Amino acid sequence: MAIRYDSHNTLRAEKLACLRGDLLLFDELNLQVGAGELLQIEGPNGSGKTSLLRMLAGLSLPEDGEIYWNDVPIRRQRAEYALALHYVGHQTGLKSGLTGTENLRFVVDFMGGGGIGVALETMGVAAHAEQPAYTLSAGQQRRTALARLLLRPAPLWILDEPFTALDHTGVELMTELIKRHLDRGGMVVMTSHQPVEVPQRRRLKLGT
Amino acid sequence: MNQPSLLRAILALLRRDLLLAFRARSELLNPLIFFALVVSLFPLATSPEPGVLRLLAPGIIWVAALLATLLSLDQLFRSDHDDGSLEQLVLSPHPLPLLVLAKIFAHWLVTGLPLVLVAPLLGAMLNLPAPALLTLASGLLLGTPILSAIGAIGAALTVRLRRGGMLLSLLILPLYVPVLVFAAAAVEASAAGLPARGQLYLIASLMLFSLSFAPMAIAAALRVSVD
Repeated sequence: MAIRYDSHNTLRAEKLACLRGDLLLFDELNLQVGAGELLQIEGPNGSGKTSLLRMLAGLSLPEDGEIYWNDVPIRRQRAEYALALHYVGHQTGLKSGLTGTENLRFVVDFMGGGGIGVALETMGVAAHAEQPAYTLSAGQQRRTALARLLLRPAPLWILDEPFTALDHTGVELMTELIKRHLDRGGMVVMTSHQPVEVPQRRRLKLGT
Repeated sequence: MNQPSLLRAILALLRRDLLLAFRARSELLNPLIFFALVVSLFPLATSPEPGVLRLLAPGIIWVAALLATLLSLDQLFRSDHDDGSLEQLVLSPHPLPLLVLAKIFAHWLVTGLPLVLVAPLLGAMLNLPAPALLTLASGLLLGTPILSAIGAIGAALTVRLRRGGMLLSLLILPLYVPVLVFAAAAVEASAAGLPARGQLYLIASLMLFSLSFAPMAIAAALRVSVD
């Protein structure tokens, strides 16, 4: 597959503020990610990393500030932004009563795309594709959830701790997929407590 | 490569919810068993006198149907919220109110429809005459979608709370009262040999009203809940 994403894609956030309860987690936060870039959000527990990712995905509204996808506020182009985005959060989004294949079939029916078998194969969980998700280990569930990224091309990946529960080869595989995505002109915004070994990495520190 | 289509998404969501419900069959039967148990306990607790039972039957059956629905509501969005699939629904390019409507329909097929089918049997057990049984079934057929739709508003509002069940009941029960009043009145009228059309039309209009507006309220509540 020779996918190339538009090299003019940008994700930009201006003067974001995040309030949790009456605690101000961050304020006046600006960031910009361009095609082929990875932005790693770092910071201690409770510094607002997940909150920031959820804002960038459009799941929660920032207390203040605005997020732009290609210079248009994301809340003004919800459907377009939804198609440009892959969000994999803390929870896997898998239905535990469905098998891996059924879970991904639902994603394909819902969001378009295809290639379920290849995606499961790539993530190394093809052998467990017909088992209900609740019988899978945490790592296998995470791999199945991450297989979503391969079903449909989307330039922006927002990943919240994608390496959680993955073994050594899983982390290497995921790093490889991220690299390939960046080489195609994609962009990644992610949190992780371990360094991601890609040359295009930039870092944003929260809670300092 | 498939492009996303709204119809396919709605059908997929419906199929997924029904498949999940079918795989958890024991939970599936809970509201129905509760419904049958409550109704069949009444003759034991009150009086086996046919005249008394016929008088009480509309109220008993409707209150039991209402509580059985309430019992099932807490789970409507809970598992989707806990496993993160609710986030994926909210992040989809499709209009959330329509997706919500598919979920309401799945909930009704799984909890409301069985109540409609079983109620005439229980009504006959409580000595309701045949025309009243027909009114009872029609009333439930029109009324249970309202219970699902309005109940889903409460479920969406309380999905973030660990122990939301009590609050859910307090929020939703007052809104169920009009349905309860008119539906039970319809059955009573039928049992007394009077026409029940008026009450049934009113319930039908309540159903259309709640199915038109509840999805928007639910969608808004879900957006707040995933925030």
